[in-house]
Amino acid sequence: MANNKEVVLDPLFNNNPIAVQVLGICSALAVTTKLETSIVMSLAVIAVMMGSNVSVALIRNFIPPSIRIIVQLTIIASLVIVTDQILKAFVYDISKQLSVFVGLIITNCIVMGRAEAFAMQNDAKASMADALGNGFGYSLVLLLVGFFRELFGSGKLLGFTVFPLVNEGGWYQPNGLMVLAPGAFFLIGIFIWFLRWRKPELVTAD
Amino acid sequence: MRSTKYIIGFAAVVCLVCSVVVSGAAVLLKERQTINKQLDQKKKVLGVVSLYEAGEDITPEEINQRFSSNIVPRLVDLKTGKYVQVTAEELASFDQRKARQDPARSAAADANSAKVLRVPNHALVYLLMKGDAVEKLVLPVEGKGLWSTLYGYIALESDTTTIAGLTFYEHGETPGLGGEVDNPSWQALWPGRKAFDGSWKATIDVKKGAAGSVSDDPHNVDGLSGATITSRGVGALLRFWLEEQRFGAYLANFRNQSLTGGQG
Repeated sequence: MANNKEVVLDPLFNNNPIAVQVLGICSALAVTTKLETSIVMSLAVIAVMMGSNVSVALIRNFIPPSIRIIVQLTIIASLVIVTDQILKAFVYDISKQLSVFVGLIITNCIVMGRAEAFAMQNDAKASMADALGNGFGYSLVLLLVGFFRELFGSGKLLGFTVFPLVNEGGWYQPNGLMVLAPGAFFLIGIFIWFLRWRKPELVTAD
Repeated sequence: MRSTKYIIGFAAVVCLVCSVVVSGAAVLLKERQTINKQLDQKKKVLGVVSLYEAGEDITPEEINQRFSSNIVPRLVDLKTGKYVQVTAEELASFDQRKARQDPARSAAADANSAKVLRVPNHALVYLLMKGDAVEKLVLPVEGKGLWSTLYGYIALESDTTTIAGLTFYEHGETPGLGGEVDNPSWQALWPGRKAFDGSWKATIDVKKGAAGSVSDDPHNVDGLSGATITSRGVGALLRFWLEEQRFGAYLANFRNQSLTGGQG
C-alpha cells in the first residue's frame, strides 16, 4: 500500500475528488457563494469523512459484505446529523446559510466513495490519511471557488469589502453570474482545465 | 459467507450505536440551539426597531437586556383585535408557527396572493415602549416568495401606517437575487413609507424598478432586480397581514385607543 504521505497528497491535484473524479459537484455549486460558508462546509465534510472512514476501517472485517453499503450509509448519516447539530449549536448564523447542504453531505459521493473504495480495504490510520487527503482536495476546490465568487460576486472576502460596490458608493459593478450556481460551473471548469493543462497525464484519451 | 443471524445482529448493533450517538448529540446540544434560535429572533426584533445593527458586536446578555428593557411582547386575538390575557410562561412558550398548524388554534385562509394557507387565531406582536407609551409596533408576517416562505417582522410607528422597518428572519430565496431582501440598503428604503392609504386600505407595494422618494411615492418601494417574484411576494404578504381580517382590526383598535390591558 502507498505510504500515508502519498495518500494525503495525491487527492489534492493528481486525483482531486471534484476536478478529476468529478464527485461532490452539487454542494460545490451551492455553498460557495461566500468564502465563509465554503470554509465551514469544508470543515464539516472533512470531519464527517474522517469519522466515517475511521469507523468503517475499524469494523471493516466484521461488516457482512451483503449489507456493507447500508452500514456505511448509517454511519455517515449519523455523523452528518451530529455535525449539523454541532453547527446549529455553535455557529448558528452560518448553519442557517448552509441550510440543507450540511444534511446533504450524506449524499456527497466523495464520503461514501472513500468509505467503500478505501476504508473497506485499509486500516484505520491509512483511512484517516485518505479522508484527510480527499477532504483537503474537496476543500481546495471549494475555497478557490468561494474565494472568486465572493470577490467578484459581492466585492468582499469573508464579509470585508475589497471592491467597494457601485450601489454603496464605490466603483465595482458586481458580477451577478458569480452569485448564481452557473458561476461556480465556470470556475470549476476553469480549474479542471488548468489542472489538465499543467498535468497532461490527467487528460483521458478519446 | 456469514450467517443470517450474524448479519441481523450486526445491523442491530450498528443501528443501536448510531442512534445513541445521534440522540446523545441532539439532547446535549438542544439547550444551546434553542438559546441561539431565540437570540436570533430577538436580534431581528431589535433590528427592525433600530435598536440593533446587523453585524454589531454584542453579547447574548446585552441582547437579552436590550430586549427586556425596551420590548413588551403581547398576544393579539386577530379576530377581535384585542389583547389576550396570558401568563408570562404562556407568552414565552407561544409558538405562532405551531399554533398555525394546529387546527384548534388556527383557521384556513381564503385564497390570497401571499399564498398563506392557514392563519393562527392569536399572533405574537412586540411593542417598543417609551415610558408608558407605545412607540412602535412589531408585527410578524409571512408569505411565499419564489422558492420559499419568507418569515419576518414589519415595524410600524404608533400612527399604525408609517413603516419603521422590515426584516426577514427566515427564507430560502436565491442568494444575490431574492435573497437581497436581507440587504440592509434595501431594507433602509422602507422606513417612512405608508402601509395604508387614506381610507385605511393596505396599499403598500414593491414596485418593479425604482420607486420615488418617501414623500413622493409613499406606498411603493423599489423592486429587487432579478427577483420579480420575490418582490411581488413581499408586497402581497405585507398587504395580506395588514388587511382587516389579520392585523387590521388590531391596528384599528390601537388607533382608537380602545385596547385594554396595555401593560401586563
